Amino acid sequence: MSSPAKLPRWAELGLLPLINLVVALLLSGVIIKILGESPLAAFKLMATGALGTQEGIGYTLYYSTNFIFTGLAVAVAYHAGLFNIGAEGQAYIGGLGTGLVCLWLGAWPFWAVLPLAVLAGAVFGAAWAFIPAYLQAKRGSHIVITTIMFNFIAAALMTYLLVNVLIKPGQQSPETREFSTSAVMPAAHEMLARLGITFVATPLNLAFVLALIASVLVWLFIWRTRWGFALRVAGENPAAAVYAGIAPPRIIIGAMLLSGALAGCLGLNELMGSQHRILMDFPSGAGFVGIAVALMGRNHPAGIIVASVLFGALYQGGSQLSFDMPKVNRDMVVVIQGLVILLCGAMENVFKTPLTAVFARFSEKKGGE
Amino acid sequence: MSQASGAPPALELCAVDKRFGAVHANRAISFAVAAGSIHGLIGENGAGKSTLMNIVYGFHRADSGEIRVKGRVVEIGSPQDAIAAGIGMVHQHFMLVENFTVLENVVLGVEGGALLAGGLAAARADLEKLARDYGLDVPLDTVVSELPVGLQQRVEILKALYRRAEILILDEPTAVLTPQEADQLFKMLGRLREQGKAVILVTHKLREIMAITDRVTVMRQGAVVAEVVTEETSPRGLAEKMVGRAVLLQVDKGPAHPGEALLTVNGLEVRDRLDVPRVKGVSFALHAGEIVGIAGVAGNGQSELLEALAGICTPSRGEIQLGGHDLVREKIDPRGRRKLGLAHVPEDRLRMGVVASFSAQANAMLGYHDDAIYNRGLLMNAPAIQAECEKKMTAFDVRPPNPKLRISAFSGGNQQKLVLAREIDADPTVLLIGQPTRGVDIGAIEFIHKRLVALRDAGKALLIVSVELDEILGLADRILVMNGGEIIGELARADANEEKIGLMMAGVRAEGAI
Repeated sequence: MSSPAKLPRWAELGLLPLINLVVALLLSGVIIKILGESPLAAFKLMATGALGTQEGIGYTLYYSTNFIFTGLAVAVAYHAGLFNIGAEGQAYIGGLGTGLVCLWLGAWPFWAVLPLAVLAGAVFGAAWAFIPAYLQAKRGSHIVITTIMFNFIAAALMTYLLVNVLIKPGQQSPETREFSTSAVMPAAHEMLARLGITFVATPLNLAFVLALIASVLVWLFIWRTRWGFALRVAGENPAAAVYAGIAPPRIIIGAMLLSGALAGCLGLNELMGSQHRILMDFPSGAGFVGIAVALMGRNHPAGIIVASVLFGALYQGGSQLSFDMPKVNRDMVVVIQGLVILLCGAMENVFKTPLTAVFARFSEKKGGE
Repeated sequence: MSQASGAPPALELCAVDKRFGAVHANRAISFAVAAGSIHGLIGENGAGKSTLMNIVYGFHRADSGEIRVKGRVVEIGSPQDAIAAGIGMVHQHFMLVENFTVLENVVLGVEGGALLAGGLAAARADLEKLARDYGLDVPLDTVVSELPVGLQQRVEILKALYRRAEILILDEPTAVLTPQEADQLFKMLGRLREQGKAVILVTHKLREIMAITDRVTVMRQGAVVAEVVTEETSPRGLAEKMVGRAVLLQVDKGPAHPGEALLTVNGLEVRDRLDVPRVKGVSFALHAGEIVGIAGVAGNGQSELLEALAGICTPSRGEIQLGGHDLVREKIDPRGRRKLGLAHVPEDRLRMGVVASFSAQANAMLGYHDDAIYNRGLLMNAPAIQAECEKKMTAFDVRPPNPKLRISAFSGGNQQKLVLAREIDADPTVLLIGQPTRGVDIGAIEFIHKRLVALRDAGKALLIVSVELDEILGLADRILVMNGGEIIGELARADANEEKIGLMMAGVRAEGAI
């Protein structure tokens, strides 16, 4: 006696995304072929560009770090039954918090700046998520609408601040001055050099480790604490939550605060780790990629790490591709990334039904009724 | 059964087989329904009755097998095909447009032309003839939402007959009716039988099968286990065939010894979202050592009363006294009420009582997940969660006893046993139970009833809300009848019978009934 037609876990989590990925790449291959380039050569170029060299790996993991933070943010909200598409804005405002700490406390030693930078990023990101959360919990305004509007508000606010308030005096581009060296995240090649390992200089930095730690903490929180349990109950079945004495409005607000805090940590990697100043539009779409990453990673931190590395590789391999194959320009790379998001995210269940049927037939034969 | 044996049956199923993935929902089902007869289809939940009827009505397609109408093989791929073949279905949940008139509802989909007026006039004449022939009187120009449930059901039957149905399938038709309304329905079905229609009555109530059908097909685990002539069987015999073993139909219990009042309700009023009062100034008390049953046709305020007592909705007026606290004034939430010894088994288990996608062990602590036993500092105590669930599963004979299995993979009866185990294990002084055995198979009903009586004998107060009158009569020591949001009458079990309660359910006050 089993519930009707279910895929085995390994097929659900491994085989299905793999099939989706392969189909996305096949479609991309067709496009590259139409452009007059060899698909095989292009994929080889992407793969070696992303994972074949130390430089490629460094950049891939650096991009992944952003996606892990935003992917976790989307996943936490998802488990509470909320679709947070405002990670982009929360990351932007969270970065402001991190950046301000780095600018103001630049004279402090790194070990003192780091916790405050993390805290400021999380608090700013959470604050930005709080308003939509409050409106959803108390006023019933749909969180999808409000979070996406808050992305625009965040962008407008940051433009104002960078152009009029935070800009380094006497320059044209809307950026702050550079952080002092004690407010800069240690780079991976520096840390590895200290251990006697030579690694080429890339933007990969300590924030990657922080993202992995955040993944473990999120996993513990959602699946191993009573607050995570209450959050999942409210997300799966709000009526059962009320019955169990869990107040859904409190869960909505709590989950969104945590979600915004995670997105707000993006600045640790992007600003403290790489740009070393606050500049315009630094999340550059990572908040939206986070949605695809969370979907593909089944809203599980382990899956999110894997999916983030995949999307990091696509970013890095894509830049390599547009660099070496002029016919495949930057926009075509975006198309390829879009296909992967479409197949792995939006259309993830297209192949599920046929695959389930195949498995059902197979298991029946094996079971032998 | 007066038809000549030479005539082909109105409907014949030949080896109809259907699988959903690994589940074999229908195993080579064959039976025939003669014109001018009422055929019962009975079986526990999950026996495959609904799947079979959905195949006949074209919602599902059979994997193999044939459906014959009057000896001719028909291909039924959609409800339209079924209607064309002369098959009509009255669903458990009515498929009516509430703000249309009866006439408009009947004509919906077969208006016969772009302009409504001509079709409506023709339909009116047709329907008046049908009403005369079958005694199906319904006010044609009344808006459906203003009709009582019994008449709404009649509209559904008219819809089928208007579409020239020769075979009428009724899915659990009495679930929403008072006993008197059910009797009227049965009279009407008798008239349809006289006119040569074939009627299939899908139900799990043995009493109805015995009262009205000519033949019965019994299903168990997707297969036909027996087909018998109704006159040659008994309720006990049918029940045994359904369950596959001997069952106890009567609740076995001694007299109650009520003690002090544990829960007192005073002038309770509950309003819904549209500010319409659903419970209108209800007052009663629950005493230690008694089972109080609330009877009533579904939708007369019982659900709202239960939810107000459990703390799920907030009353607009009145008080609920429990252990020296006024639960309304002090705004005590469901968790707080549990701590005061008030446990609640909700009416709609899947909507509220469990989280369907969670494991059994996660569901076994729902509502109690903050308790010290399940936690170790910041993290939850996984071994304790599993051990507690195993303990409950053993005590309540939940099968399969696997705490890691998704709750939705358990049968309705086993889900309910686990929910009961969860609430009873917390050792409440007052237990509220909505529909204790809804969707629960006969074997488990017996077990659940025994547990509830044992709880009463241990000095707890139990409040049971059920739309199954048999269940109320079997379990309760005292019966409150609700109608239109009020408690319209109270009866001691010894004074109660189906007729008295039925009249009160229909709104006739106790003084008038006796």
